[in-house]
Amino acid sequence: MKLDEIFHKKKSRLSTLKSRRIATGANHKRILECSQCAAQAEREELEQNHWICKNCGAYFALDAQTRIEMVCDEGSFHEMNRMMATGNPLAFPDYEKKLKNLRKKNKTMDAFTCGIAKIEGIAVAIGVLDSHFLMGSMGTAVGEKIARLAEKAGKKNLPLVIFSASGGARMQEGLFSLMQMSKTAAAIHRFREDGGLFVSFLTHPTTGGVSASYASLGDIMLAEPDALIGFAGPRVIEQTIGRKLPEGFQRAEFLLEHGMIDDIVKREEIRTYLGRILKMYRKGKQS
Amino acid sequence: MSTKTILSPYETVQEARNPKRNGIAEYIGELFDDFVELHGDRLFRDDPSLVGGMASFHGKTVMVIGHRKGKNTKENIEYNFGMTSPEGYRKGIRLMKMAEKFGWPVITFVDTPGAYPGLEAESNGQSNAIAQSIACMSALKVPVISIITGEGNSGGALAIATADCVWMLEHAIYAILSPEGFASIMWKDASRAPEACEIMKITAKELKEFGLIDDIIPEGDKGMKQLDAMIGKALKRLEKNTPEQLALNRYEKFRNLDGRCWSL
Ligand SMILES: [Zn+2]
Repeated sequence: MKLDEIFHKKKSRLSTLKSRRIATGANHKRILECSQCAAQAEREELEQNHWICKNCGAYFALDAQTRIEMVCDEGSFHEMNRMMATGNPLAFPDYEKKLKNLRKKNKTMDAFTCGIAKIEGIAVAIGVLDSHFLMGSMGTAVGEKIARLAEKAGKKNLPLVIFSASGGARMQEGLFSLMQMSKTAAAIHRFREDGGLFVSFLTHPTTGGVSASYASLGDIMLAEPDALIGFAGPRVIEQTIGRKLPEGFQRAEFLLEHGMIDDIVKREEIRTYLGRILKMYRKGKQS
Repeated sequence: MSTKTILSPYETVQEARNPKRNGIAEYIGELFDDFVELHGDRLFRDDPSLVGGMASFHGKTVMVIGHRKGKNTKENIEYNFGMTSPEGYRKGIRLMKMAEKFGWPVITFVDTPGAYPGLEAESNGQSNAIAQSIACMSALKVPVISIITGEGNSGGALAIATADCVWMLEHAIYAILSPEGFASIMWKDASRAPEACEIMKITAKELKEFGLIDDIIPEGDKGMKQLDAMIGKALKRLEKNTPEQLALNRYEKFRNLDGRCWSL
């Protein structure tokens, strides 16, 4: 028997998704197509199935709100710093226009949504990077929100859970973005040194300046199945080494095998999995 | 090259990559009275693209860490063109912790096209190594000075540049990634690198104006003399702080470095 089968894995309750939430897979379409196998499915059907393709099992990318509702206890999420918006420090051409359109489309000011919530009854500080907003890239607003979330978690003595999905540091903010790696890594490091628990949950894809900063600093590192996780993108590596990468390279299963993450958790089991960790953590603190 | 020459951002990149520029070997030779190289990460191997060791700065013991590029093809292959692997960053972390234990200041020299994007580097946890290095450096309870001497590209540079003082040589660059990589991501066309250099704002002058670096060092012999004086002065100033205050000040520095360019 595998160790992780000793304890029966309960399926998570299906979260009730509220009508106000924004569309996963974007565009509010009623019929959505799987990016892997092109099978079509109705929105309601996908919601019921945790946004997993019934045909091929591929995971749809989740927007922040859907992720939060899937993981947190219903109605428990209180958002922080919702209106924080990045500037345009390099005066990068068309950046402001791009941001304006994305804010309208995604109904968020930037790629990171965070706040205080409960998971299986336990209060946590939680943050989600959303790949629908400029590839979930980390600019100054994202970095600032992550640092504030870590500081809040420290002050309130809460465990911190962050779901990442990101192409890395945000190009349009240049070195200002690179500096967010230091800012977030320092804030998370400090939180952990002061006794805080950081659960870093990596989802598809987590690369570049995000995987090489706060996201790799979890006390517990988790990932969704098949998520691409790495520093350099596969194309850059192939160009560097001059050959094709082996099947499964940089995928969650590869990272587990190489000792880089603690476990892979299926989407439908995330809530109960986190609940078990958090309960044991809290018990361990009390005793 | 005269220090008076005003270079365009793209010309600056070319100069920053010039193999004739001073590298880690020259800086160690010019600035320190003694240096003992320390090898290996104690986990897997020694990465020659990142040099580290104990050094004597005017009789004062410090830890020196820096990227190493070659002066010719043979050397470049040996040092992997200054592209560091996880083992290199882990050696760096080991040496920084050692410096902290004995109260030695840490001085780093940054010159890399970026962290190595290779098969083994990924398998061995490149992201993890860089993240750990940044985190470790951000909380060190000894003075930390970083000097960007040539190319300071991406997380591979930042991994050893979370410092109390971040200085740049006049013709060095400091960037989110190489201009070629930037052009290829933004426009799917690496040949637009010269254009990328203008937009990216990667020169010492521009970054000083943003407040992202603390000072600019002139090129040539004059710069080396000035650097020597600057290190002496900075160490004197930093060592007035308690170890805890040093770490806190560095945290606050990077916490506020972006000058609140976001709004709430
Ligand atoms: Zn499918």
